[in-house]
Amino acid sequence: MLKILIGRILTTIPALIGVVVVSFLLTRVLPGDTAAYFAGPAATPQAIEEVRKKLGLDRPLPEQFASYVRDLSHGNLGQSLTTGQPVLSDIKARLPASAELTLFGLVLSLLIAVPLGIVAAVRQGSMIDHACRAIVTAGVSLPVFFTGLLLVYVFYFILQISPAPLGRLDVFASAPAEITGFYLLDSLLARDGATFRASFSQLLLPGVTLAIFALAPIARITRASMLSVLSMDFVRTARASGLSRRKVIMTYAFRNALLPVVTTLGMVFSFLLGANVLVEKVFAWPGIGSYAVEALIASDFAPVQGFVLAMAILYIVLNLLIDLSYRLIDPRMRASS
Amino acid sequence: MIQLPLLNVRDLTVEFSTRRGIVRAVRNIDISIGKGETLGIVGESGSGKSVTSYAVMRILDRAGQIAGGSIHFAGLDLRAASERQMVDLRGREMSMIFQNPRAALNPIRRIGHQIEDVLRQHAQAGSADAREKAIEALRDVRISRPEERYSAYPFELSGGMCQRVVIALALACRPKLLIADEPTTGLDVTTQKAVMDLILELTRARGMSTILITHDLGLAATYCSRVVVMEKGEVVETASAAEIFAAPRHAYTRKLMRATPRPGIGLRDLLPDENRAGEALPASAPGAPLLTVSALVKEYPRAEAGLFSRFMKPDAAGAQPFRAVDGIGFDIKRGESLGLVGESGCGKSTTSMMLMRLIDPTAGSIIFDGEDIGSIPARDFARHPMRKRIQMVFQDPTDSLNPRYSAARAIADPLLRLGACEPRTLRARVEELASLVGLPGDLLDRFPHQLSGGQKARVGIARAIALNPSLVVLDEPTAALDVSVQALVLNLLADLKAALGMSYLFVSHDLHVVRLICDRVIVMRAGRIIEQGRAADVLDHPKADYTKELIAALPHPPAQPAAR
Repeated sequence: MLKILIGRILTTIPALIGVVVVSFLLTRVLPGDTAAYFAGPAATPQAIEEVRKKLGLDRPLPEQFASYVRDLSHGNLGQSLTTGQPVLSDIKARLPASAELTLFGLVLSLLIAVPLGIVAAVRQGSMIDHACRAIVTAGVSLPVFFTGLLLVYVFYFILQISPAPLGRLDVFASAPAEITGFYLLDSLLARDGATFRASFSQLLLPGVTLAIFALAPIARITRASMLSVLSMDFVRTARASGLSRRKVIMTYAFRNALLPVVTTLGMVFSFLLGANVLVEKVFAWPGIGSYAVEALIASDFAPVQGFVLAMAILYIVLNLLIDLSYRLIDPRMRASS
Repeated sequence: MIQLPLLNVRDLTVEFSTRRGIVRAVRNIDISIGKGETLGIVGESGSGKSVTSYAVMRILDRAGQIAGGSIHFAGLDLRAASERQMVDLRGREMSMIFQNPRAALNPIRRIGHQIEDVLRQHAQAGSADAREKAIEALRDVRISRPEERYSAYPFELSGGMCQRVVIALALACRPKLLIADEPTTGLDVTTQKAVMDLILELTRARGMSTILITHDLGLAATYCSRVVVMEKGEVVETASAAEIFAAPRHAYTRKLMRATPRPGIGLRDLLPDENRAGEALPASAPGAPLLTVSALVKEYPRAEAGLFSRFMKPDAAGAQPFRAVDGIGFDIKRGESLGLVGESGCGKSTTSMMLMRLIDPTAGSIIFDGEDIGSIPARDFARHPMRKRIQMVFQDPTDSLNPRYSAARAIADPLLRLGACEPRTLRARVEELASLVGLPGDLLDRFPHQLSGGQKARVGIARAIALNPSLVVLDEPTAALDVSVQALVLNLLADLKAALGMSYLFVSHDLHVVRLICDRVIVMRAGRIIEQGRAADVLDHPKADYTKELIAALPHPPAQPAAR
């Protein structure tokens, strides 16, 4: 098992090198001049030149790249020009906020989409099946910023049952002691019910927004995968040997239908990382997505590169976990390697 | 005292709602089976034999429903029974085993747990003794080392072993009725015999009733006391096994029986009377050798020893490569038809793939018409002039056709890729080939899903002979066809060979078919040739023990009078 794990991690190295090169090049070819931006609108060309020199942007690209890689190997992701902080500490501070939001959305959508897909497949053509189709279509066609704004409008502005969409916690509440960086978990660990409720109510609307977005692909794949498994011979054998409906559907069919669902999960997660950027903007969420967008607008290279690299690592880790879960689900995968 | 039948099906009609309206898959059939009786239901694909058994078990899929008639099991009206009652009956009172045993088992659940599921469901075992009882059930079906196999997954077992597990599953709760739906289709003859003998022995010992559903009249007659013949959803004849062979009353039964390959007949005897028209079979006159194979070897590296190999080959030597083909030599003469016979894993497919030059041999030579084609790398052979002269007909007529090509396009494919055929004459050539294989011209623009199995087989044959090859490799060309269609296709193949002067390498596991179509036969086992000689000699007077074993494993239906 350990050997496989190490082998898998080694295969991700070329991908990471690619990410480093591409993110570096992309930020250089983007329009916008960092030096001009930071010198300010009133700066003389001479002042801009000076800033450029200070930032090392006047040096040839290979040289810039070499120093970037050198810094990277020391764990230095550079300095953000907008926040004035090292990128690494910025990311460290903001990543848990994004991760909490994304995972909350993902878990919420799983809790709804998987049972929905199973029931839709088992009762094909029933009302639930049609409802599933309607929800799936709606989930795919509504952009996240629209659902986000709609939810804010309805629950905050009209019904006034939701707190203001301004970040992870009320301005007057204080964050729980940091253990995991996830407010929900940290407040639970600190046995702080009030903070838990406060952070949960802040998390609910953006989480639901992401969940609606993620619902569609998961429900669809669960339904399709269940349908194909339900028509297989071994399900017929299970029925013919008198196993209960529950046993046939859950133990026999669903476990076999899991593989495609888990595969889609990886893809959905990467969609969510993208959607996150918009949702964080709408809900003033102090996450890594909004950080990257602000940096991008300011032509601040270092945070953008750091963001892309962090996302790539996150995505690689997630795919590794998915690959490992295949082995747990399907014994054939264990045997073939 | 007159005993009530265990299962009594009266006037049963089963309907399926499809896009094109309601289809009656089974119409007004009557079937009954007494306690301890073994009943065969025989019919070709689409005859409704499987649907009948699903209706009895009430496991029809959503589209199907029982539209009329009654089913009584041990006095209980199954049509009126609630789903809850049916769940209790299935597996405990009546159970079923299926075709394709590997697919019939949950691929990701240990076989022991699957048996336990059934035992627990029917309260035949609690958590304390479930494991023990599951192992007991495995031991009952003669699985060696049942304690070890308890934790195996289906993919770690052979097909025959999987079928034993399916039988163990079905018999675990000692039901009164066993329905076996094509239980041995796709298994080797010796495995077929072992599985059938096991089913018969266990059901007899337990006083169970058995329904054997099969397309093989010979198998049904060998193992059943009574046989029901079904055609297109109706029962056409019910009689004792001996009677049905001695004096088949219905025309369809006669046709089915005539089309079943068996010893002591010729190829033309398979055809119904009106088609025979008294034509004699063209005599086969083999000439000089066309293909000479000598000391042919194909080795594959062994997989690393893991869980899998520990189960399958307890004493596997890790470093030794696996020899799929182990130094064989033979020749095929011009105009000759050579049969290659053996059970799965004997190396016959590997051999045919080497002759087709799809894979490279490890050692040995393949001389085709004076040239050593064995030394041409497989990836270069596609562009070699010899490529045109060796063609192949595949086992599955459906899977071997591109679903997006019409019949005409499929037949034209080799002409377009390899042939020097003018575009203007292409259509004419395709029509000529179609008429040669007896494919009506108006079917040429249809797609594979619009053709029947027999028609698809004809398209595959037309495609293979399009370039006038000297050698055609036929890989179980009729294994997926119904017997009556098989009869027509085999005759077509014999006629084409004579007309076009081709040689055949006929790969098959069906000894009866090989006897009918081949001049000579090679028996292979574990990569080696066990026996070879004239087909009639080898099959009637086998010398090797293994050949004798193969022949003894064939079903032996009751003797049959000369076909009228």
